[in-house]
Amino acid sequence: MAKLIIEAGQARKHYWRDLWRYRELFYFLAWRDLLVRYRQTAIGLTWALLRPLLTMIVLTVIFGRVAKLTVPGVPQPILVLAAMLPWQFFSNSLSDSSNSLVANANLISKIYFPRLVVPASSVMVSMVEFIISFAIMVVLLFIYHYPITWHFIALPPLVVLSFLAALGPGLLITALNVKYRDFRYIIPFIVQFGLYVSPVGFSSSRVPEEWRLLYSLNPIVGVIDGFRWAICAKEPMYWPGFVVSLIVIGLMLFYGINYFRRVERKFADII
Amino acid sequence: MSDTVITVDHLCKSYWLKHQLQAGRKQSVQSEHFSEVLTRFISTPFRRRDSAEKAASREEFWALKDVSFEVKRGDVLGIIGRNGAGKSTLLKVLSRITEPTSGRIEIDGRVASLLEVGTGFHPELTGRENIFLNGAILGMSRVEIKRKFDEIVAFAEVEKFLDTPVKRYSSGMYVRLAFSVAAHLEPEILIVDEVLAVGDAQFQKKCLGKMQDVSRNDGRTIIFVSHNLQVVQSLCTKGVLLAGGTIKVLGPTSEVVAEYLKSLQSGFKIGLEHRRDRQGAGDIQFTEIEMLDQFGQRIENAISGQRVTLRLHYRTKADHPYRNCRVSVSAHANGVVYFLLSTELVRSDELVLQGRGHLDCIIPELPLSRGEYYLNPFVESNKVVQDLVEGAWPLSVVDGDFYGHGRNYPPGWEGIGVLVRHDWKW
Repeated sequence: MAKLIIEAGQARKHYWRDLWRYRELFYFLAWRDLLVRYRQTAIGLTWALLRPLLTMIVLTVIFGRVAKLTVPGVPQPILVLAAMLPWQFFSNSLSDSSNSLVANANLISKIYFPRLVVPASSVMVSMVEFIISFAIMVVLLFIYHYPITWHFIALPPLVVLSFLAALGPGLLITALNVKYRDFRYIIPFIVQFGLYVSPVGFSSSRVPEEWRLLYSLNPIVGVIDGFRWAICAKEPMYWPGFVVSLIVIGLMLFYGINYFRRVERKFADII
Repeated sequence: MSDTVITVDHLCKSYWLKHQLQAGRKQSVQSEHFSEVLTRFISTPFRRRDSAEKAASREEFWALKDVSFEVKRGDVLGIIGRNGAGKSTLLKVLSRITEPTSGRIEIDGRVASLLEVGTGFHPELTGRENIFLNGAILGMSRVEIKRKFDEIVAFAEVEKFLDTPVKRYSSGMYVRLAFSVAAHLEPEILIVDEVLAVGDAQFQKKCLGKMQDVSRNDGRTIIFVSHNLQVVQSLCTKGVLLAGGTIKVLGPTSEVVAEYLKSLQSGFKIGLEHRRDRQGAGDIQFTEIEMLDQFGQRIENAISGQRVTLRLHYRTKADHPYRNCRVSVSAHANGVVYFLLSTELVRSDELVLQGRGHLDCIIPELPLSRGEYYLNPFVESNKVVQDLVEGAWPLSVVDGDFYGHGRNYPPGWEGIGVLVRHDWKW
């Protein structure tokens, strides 16, 4: 094994290799969060089904029946759920990863490991919940006899995309949270607000054409559009918007990781 | 391959303490609040704070200053020093938790650090789950944990409670399980902070035995911080004495421990009169304790079996005599009382204390084996406790000839029992 050298301000040369070496810790932390999430609850993982189901019903009624924001040929529950699954995955990931460092302060101050493991593993719980709640979608497609198209193959990369979309701001906020706990109060606000400004209850084709590109600056818009395209397969993909969202996601991820790496060496001193 | 596994070169670590002058009281705060940053930014957005202003509100504190040493393969290095000497900071830097301010460390080998017992234990998880989680956190692979699982469970003696959440464990069980996982780590270099201070004595011994085995048989390197000098002495091959962030002594354990004791003693000598951590009404206070040998000479260390006089200096606040006094002094080590020497046990006449003076307590044959003890002096007058200082004075005992034939307690028994004059017949 190569000599380990500890110096002030040294840029970690083998950052990503180091991260790979700690993949088991990543796995165990994710496993812990998952085990703990539904400990001492009566219905356990059923919550992962119940919460999206109830939210879906409410949103279906509000946006479909009351606001009449429908898309012809697509049953409203499918339209809503196709957006709600990625939205919930995104918002849960964002809040979990943002709080992850502070929640694991005892680990940070007592053990060395690449700190990136913590926010990344905290997202895994939402990932599992996402997969479980996807069962609702399968059931809905079956009930409505909705056709499944080849667009479905886009789903796995889209899931990865929403993971990355959450990780970028998540890393930034969790790092800031170490020093300024103010950010833990900002997150619930972003999440609540985001539900209404993102095309969860309605299709983004409802947004006036001239505003649509600007609207796609919200990175989750591209992800949701992608999900709708893959599952509902009724409206054409708005590619310029998708590319804008991709760029925003990429930039945020880049900035998030860079900021995180810059400050992570000081975490143990100030957490 | 070189035999040096750790090289520490001119290592420094500083922290910034921020001082706020509030109502005339100096207060250190750890970090700036976001609101402060924000208000500062809003009030003076384009002005950088000049360095003088910055320096006034912040103070640099050097937790480690120019520390250099080397550790060879198979060494067990004990780090001792008083609270705040920089021991824990050194371990944190060595285990990469925090970054040095300057200097360089080279480490050759897989490092595991154990700065706390049960880091990452989750109360909601069962014993079994926590073994895996904690093992992974400490750097074991899943395969490794699986292989050692039974051993860990047996060592911790928690077989029956494996599937109970650890929040329902007794504190003893919790500590045992946590220890057990740590004890089965197999890194090439193990860094251990004062973790042996918890847990019951029997289990502590088991852990120490395990650590000893590991270092002796497998040639593993251990860096170890402890306040328990006996443990340091029996376990470590080399020692470092830290004081104020710098290395005071570096060398064989016995030398380092002796130096540490000396520094403690000189500290205590000045200390007793001015110590604040005392109990009692305070009308009578101890000012100094002296230890004299059979010739009335002041000594630093006592010898087992030696005739020793403990001279307790006192001072009364008021000038009138304090009647019906009782004075005692007890010897402690590791939380155990070894003996109590009390005036009312051997004298029945009244003791009156007045002004300044001293009392002598004569021990014809000091019945303590080699080790570090502490003396707690106590005085009461008319059943009112006047003064009690815990750990007022260190009593350091070296091997002597208590039994008159040059043989002493066997290894491992030093400092853990009193010597009793006895005989065997057959």
